[in-house]
Amino acid sequence: MPPNETLFLESTTRIQKDSIHSFMDFQVWDFPGQLEYFESAFDLEDIFGSLGALVWVIDAQDDYLDSVARLNRTILTVQQFYPGINIEVFIHKVDGLSDEYRTDTFQDIVQRISDELSDAGYENAPVHYYLTSIYDYSVFEAFSKVIQKLIPNLSTLENLINTLANNCGFEKTYLFDVLSKIYIASDTRPVDMACYEMCSDYIDVIVDISELYSWDHPVRKRLGDQIQEAESHVVLHDQTMIHLMEMNKYLCLVSVIRNPEAKDKRGLIDMNCRTFQDALNEVFSRSWEEGSTAQEGESAAVSK
Amino acid sequence: MDARKKKRKVLLMGKSGSGKSSMRSIIFSNYVAKDVRRLGATIDVEHSHVKFMGNLTLNLWDCGGQDAFMETYLASQRGNIFSDVAVLIYVFDIESREVERDLDTYHAIIEALSEFSPNAYVFCLVHKMDLIQAEHRQRIYDERSAVIRSRSGDFRVDTFASSIWDQSLYKAWAGIVHKLIPNLIVIERFLTAFAKKINAEEVILFERSTFLTVTSVTSEVGELNPIYDRHERLSNIMKAFKHCAARNTLTTPASAGFVVMHTKTPQFNIFLGRFTDNTYIFLVVPPGEASYNCAVLNTMLAREGFSKAAAGSGGGDGFPLPPPETADDHANGYGYGYGNGYGHGYGNPT
Repeated sequence: MPPNETLFLESTTRIQKDSIHSFMDFQVWDFPGQLEYFESAFDLEDIFGSLGALVWVIDAQDDYLDSVARLNRTILTVQQFYPGINIEVFIHKVDGLSDEYRTDTFQDIVQRISDELSDAGYENAPVHYYLTSIYDYSVFEAFSKVIQKLIPNLSTLENLINTLANNCGFEKTYLFDVLSKIYIASDTRPVDMACYEMCSDYIDVIVDISELYSWDHPVRKRLGDQIQEAESHVVLHDQTMIHLMEMNKYLCLVSVIRNPEAKDKRGLIDMNCRTFQDALNEVFSRSWEEGSTAQEGESAAVSK
Repeated sequence: MDARKKKRKVLLMGKSGSGKSSMRSIIFSNYVAKDVRRLGATIDVEHSHVKFMGNLTLNLWDCGGQDAFMETYLASQRGNIFSDVAVLIYVFDIESREVERDLDTYHAIIEALSEFSPNAYVFCLVHKMDLIQAEHRQRIYDERSAVIRSRSGDFRVDTFASSIWDQSLYKAWAGIVHKLIPNLIVIERFLTAFAKKINAEEVILFERSTFLTVTSVTSEVGELNPIYDRHERLSNIMKAFKHCAARNTLTTPASAGFVVMHTKTPQFNIFLGRFTDNTYIFLVVPPGEASYNCAVLNTMLAREGFSKAAAGSGGGDGFPLPPPETADDHANGYGYGYGNGYGHGYGNPT
């Protein structure tokens, strides 16, 4: 859904549970902001028992004191009974604030929450803060980070990607979930918004073009053998290359390459990516054997 | 010969606020749809030159549509505006409340045009179709285009429904551009033969800066594709990505572009690459690693043939093809000969 159409969304009145089936199954619970879930009518165990992460959205353009107070209450309860839950605070709608004001707001909110926490005696509570807006890619970035914390073998994946990126001279590499365009792992170089934007838009291009030409008809016949997974790359006017390779049903690997020699060594790059694909699938199949990725729950509590 | 490097005068007219400058900016100046809010009213006539396909320059006259300007066009400026016109593009606002009055103005303009340039092409765009509910669109458009035709005098008018918010704008302009390209028959003949040689389902030629479809060839299998507006959608997709690339490589959308794009999927393979100075070629071939590589190689070779011929003739022509009578005799043809020879050499690897 494009950002300008979210205007027509109605306010959430009951808990909405959305299941996302991807490389790992998630359930997103969308909580109405006005819901008082600490009342005895709600079963805390039912809500928080299987939770992986709690996302709390604060409207940065509004008076947020109320919301922060509620968040504090929630954090204290959650910390007391379920210390394993990651608490993620999205300071939202920051697109409307000037740069300076944005930093001030951010610091103010962080200060209020951490003061409260240390008063209650929690020193290293797993609370993380993100500045987000739906009008750029920051909300995807933030959600990516949230999801990444729930992936059991993230460090293995990051190591694999690092090895690949270093050996192939990639500028930045992302492992994307194609449907949601959240990246579940990337190499550990600093985040570069421009790269993320191009990679994510390139996935759109490929998905859109595929939609136009993937029609089924008995007379369409192939001319020869080809590898099953989709592969694509584009070279831009300044010799930047974006390389995309399908990894499995849900994931694809997208890299930005700024080395002009890469054009001539595509065969090598493709081969390395295939090796990475094998490794990746091995990582996932092993974790399934152990059955360690049982359903992870996650909830988004939307405060006004 | 000057006749080959022609400038074609294109008049863009219509009522004030109907969206003439907006669509011009989107098609020729790399605007995205929401950018056009910045545009103000056009005062008098804005001239712009658009180089299109090498030997074709469009001399675009964007005529401000306020009543006062319209009167001067029809009175004191009459000879200046309406002489030597190759194309008149008249834009109707579907939301207009004074349909009769719009049609009267249109009729007056048609009369002036038939006086000074009776051989001009006339295109009418029924614009802002996005404001009409989807289920009524076809009916209202049909009614309106019938009325327009009845007021068009001796001209054969092509009408298009358009909106800047979807691909219909590209469809309309691709239709217009298609009519303007001088050696189109030769180009199409070449593409048909070429597509057959490389077993392509579809070959599309896009103009470089606007990403409008210049022409396309579709094989019998390709015709079965259920998505009819795919060319316009492709224009839209690629242009959107061009904007993204420009934003993130810190250049203007006009100078951003693609060198080459390869896409291989289990259902189809796609190649997009520069063909001539002003065009991209877009190939869709069935899956098959070897035959895909072969198709790409043949495209490169055909392109070399083109550029060699262009250097030889020195005409600066976008499509220096052999004249039609020698085209079938492949010892003679440049692009043609290459396509043939190498097609046999590398083709059919089984």
